[in-house]
Amino acid sequence: MAKDALMDYDKALELFEPVLGFEVHVELNTKTKMFSHAPNDFGSDANTNVTPVCLGLPGALPVVNEQAVRYSISLGLALGCSIAPSSRFARKNYFYPDLAKNYQISQYDEPIAFGGSVDVELPNGRQVTVPIERAHMEEDAGKLTHVGGSTGRIQGAEYSLVDYNRAGVPLVEIVTDIIYGAESDAPELAKAYVATIRDIVVSLGISDARMERGNLRCDANISLRPRTPEGQPSAPLGTRTETKNVNSLRSVERAIRYEIQRQAAILADGGTITQETRHWHEDTGRTSAGRPKSDADDYRYFPEPDLLPVQPSAELIEELRAALPEPPAERRRRLKAEWGFTDLEFQDVVNGGLLVEITETVAAGATPAAARKWWTGEISRIANVNGVEASSLVSPENVAAVAALVEAGSLNDKLARQVLEGVIAGEGTPQEVVDARGLAVVSDDGALIAAIDEALASQPDVLAKIRDGKVQAAGAVIGAVMKAMRGQADAARVRELVLERAAG
Amino acid sequence: MSEISEEQVAHLANLARIALTPQEISSLTTELDQIVDSIAKVQQVATPDVPATSHPVPLSNVFRPDVIGETLTIEQALRNAPEHDDNRFRVSAILGEEQ
Repeated sequence: MAKDALMDYDKALELFEPVLGFEVHVELNTKTKMFSHAPNDFGSDANTNVTPVCLGLPGALPVVNEQAVRYSISLGLALGCSIAPSSRFARKNYFYPDLAKNYQISQYDEPIAFGGSVDVELPNGRQVTVPIERAHMEEDAGKLTHVGGSTGRIQGAEYSLVDYNRAGVPLVEIVTDIIYGAESDAPELAKAYVATIRDIVVSLGISDARMERGNLRCDANISLRPRTPEGQPSAPLGTRTETKNVNSLRSVERAIRYEIQRQAAILADGGTITQETRHWHEDTGRTSAGRPKSDADDYRYFPEPDLLPVQPSAELIEELRAALPEPPAERRRRLKAEWGFTDLEFQDVVNGGLLVEITETVAAGATPAAARKWWTGEISRIANVNGVEASSLVSPENVAAVAALVEAGSLNDKLARQVLEGVIAGEGTPQEVVDARGLAVVSDDGALIAAIDEALASQPDVLAKIRDGKVQAAGAVIGAVMKAMRGQADAARVRELVLERAAG
Repeated sequence: MSEISEEQVAHLANLARIALTPQEISSLTTELDQIVDSIAKVQQVATPDVPATSHPVPLSNVFRPDVIGETLTIEQALRNAPEHDDNRFRVSAILGEEQ
């Protein structure tokens, strides 16, 4: 893969205005698939969650999952959309083995929801309203594994293996209108937008929204247009690329930044942008050309003859509207107040995309301060080192369990970090890691006192100072005791005991 | 009146990954053209009072409750597959078309 020339980001922004658009696919967490009663279940053995509908066998008839329709309406309403009094499904025809039918059932000219907007807050405090063109229902495709190529990608593959478990899983595709005015915040806006969509679907309870599992996927469209002098009409929109395979909030931000720099370098050099799909590579932090927009995009949509129109009643729409959770911006304000975080602390949480994690950790019994500390601290640190999402490392329940062990005095900070590390490494629940690694703090005063007496006896000068009232001298003894206990003691308790014993 | 050109048929064949000989393209062009002509007759009886419809039945909202039902066994699922590898269908690699 040839390295693309990149223009300095600030320079690119001086010359060009980035214009954005996003397509976010949300997998719904219904029990069954969109058009079949097969289980919608991640991680089952290949091709075990399939019915004749999923395999496109002759004569199989799709039937719409009512819950998926309700979820789609709720999502549409949460995005500020109007709900179509009548919407219908369409066949999107393409010939690729990820769907056995040779078409995907989607919606085309009559989506279930249209014309909304989402308020997004950027790390610098700027508020941006992202216009939503539509949200439509469709089915996910199966999973292909390419075999024989050196990289596991399709290039050079000899054959592919197909698992149709995911084929037919309900999806809602959320399509934005063209987003102008992001300017230099474009990468941050992209990340904040996807994080907001994730917050919305999680608070609606309609998706697991795990990006690393593909429950939430973002295709990022971006084009650049040259700036024109003040008072002159804007230049026409540039040719856009669509970057796929961006599977974390962090990648969304990086991919947009990369495409701005790549496109700017080409345009400034007098070149033209090819309208194409680009694949994001997490490992190299680059995009590479996928297939060009071409004949293959001739999908020959037509109304799905096997399915009847969806015509939600006004009563149903109002019922679902009444049950909507509070909008993300309001929720953020409420949580900030409830948790008692400072502006800076709260911004850390929002920027880390950790609202959901902290909410769930608090729900699992941790204090907001402890939840924030672990998620924005140690867990984010490990996530950054490994280039993954913090949310993919450990469950909120396990973080709450670690916090509870600290609260109970069974773990100190240092040990708690080791326990988290063990949980992240897949060694089990926090308690299992504590047991297996023997990590609990020594709470047996007898063992502590023995170590303290020994340390005091070996440092008579320190003992004398403490007796003279120089309490800070106790630090040396505490240090020696903590070392003797291999860090597995509660330093505050050790300090208490040192002062007691020294007073003798 | 020819609505369908040989180029269109060749394009469709390419989209559908079907290899057609020039003779097949030629005969299919004629056949498809006749089909389009026949269907076009509908337009002669359509009036502005008749709304466009994609379904012959005046129904909507035919739904299924979100309840898991019977699935195929692996043996049933793979029975019609020309090739498979353990539990998965095996297909030839289609280059440059990752979706």
